[in-house]
Amino acid sequence: MLTVTSFLLTCVLVFLGGAIGGLGRFFVSGFVARRFGETFPWGTLTVNVIGCAAIGILAALFFDPARQGPSNLPLWALFVTGGLGSFTTVSSFALQTLALARAGEPLDAVLNIAVSLAACLLAAASGFGGAYALLGG
Amino acid sequence: MPRQVRLLMAVALGAASGSLLRYLSSLAALALFGSGFAWGTLFVNVVGSFLIGLYSTLTEPDGRIMAGPILRQGVLTGFCGGFTTFSVFSLETFLLLQAQAFGVAALNVAASVILWLVAVWIGYRIGVRLNRLKGS
Repeated sequence: MLTVTSFLLTCVLVFLGGAIGGLGRFFVSGFVARRFGETFPWGTLTVNVIGCAAIGILAALFFDPARQGPSNLPLWALFVTGGLGSFTTVSSFALQTLALARAGEPLDAVLNIAVSLAACLLAAASGFGGAYALLGG
Repeated sequence: MPRQVRLLMAVALGAASGSLLRYLSSLAALALFGSGFAWGTLFVNVVGSFLIGLYSTLTEPDGRIMAGPILRQGVLTGFCGGFTTFSVFSLETFLLLQAQAFGVAALNVAASVILWLVAVWIGYRIGVRLNRLKGS
């Protein structure tokens, strides 16, 4: 049960994690975009795939399937809800997909959707499976 | 304060408040609709996509709202980025697959992607309309 104190602590941790995750996304996606060009949204794709692999790993470590919830709430709030939640983004993905479609690149828009979905789900599953196997589960 | 520091602070503050609001949304969705489907994540991703389409269009160089690059990045990269999440969406879909709820997982993916894109498009269209309004 969530007490008032643990609720407030969770809010602070989500806030802190969100700040760090957002800055991380700003730097990583900016770096990738400068490096590989901005005609295709490589930066957003990169942060989303990294973030999905990481959330899979952390879920294998800290998610309790029996309770359908995290086994360590403060760590989960800081690193998953705050950190990785903020490190990855749907809004930029949606805006960039729309921009590709508007720029007369419908194929790139469809490719961005397909690759993002496939790579992110695969990354989450591999992160989870890999960490689970290493734990000897 | 140097410009770069103010930019980073705007992104950090935006992302932090977006994340907190996302957490509160997911708690509210859990209380309202239970844990069968990830309504909270769907809600924040759809609303965040709408917001980024609307605000980015309204603050374009010839847009209706004048926003400096720091405020603009704070809202778009910071708030909208922190409010929406691809990782939690992926994890929730993976957990559905793991629980062999294949239909719900497929529905989650299809409904999410379609609604995100429709939302960003509606936001963009409303922004274009507002930008075209004459006078102030």
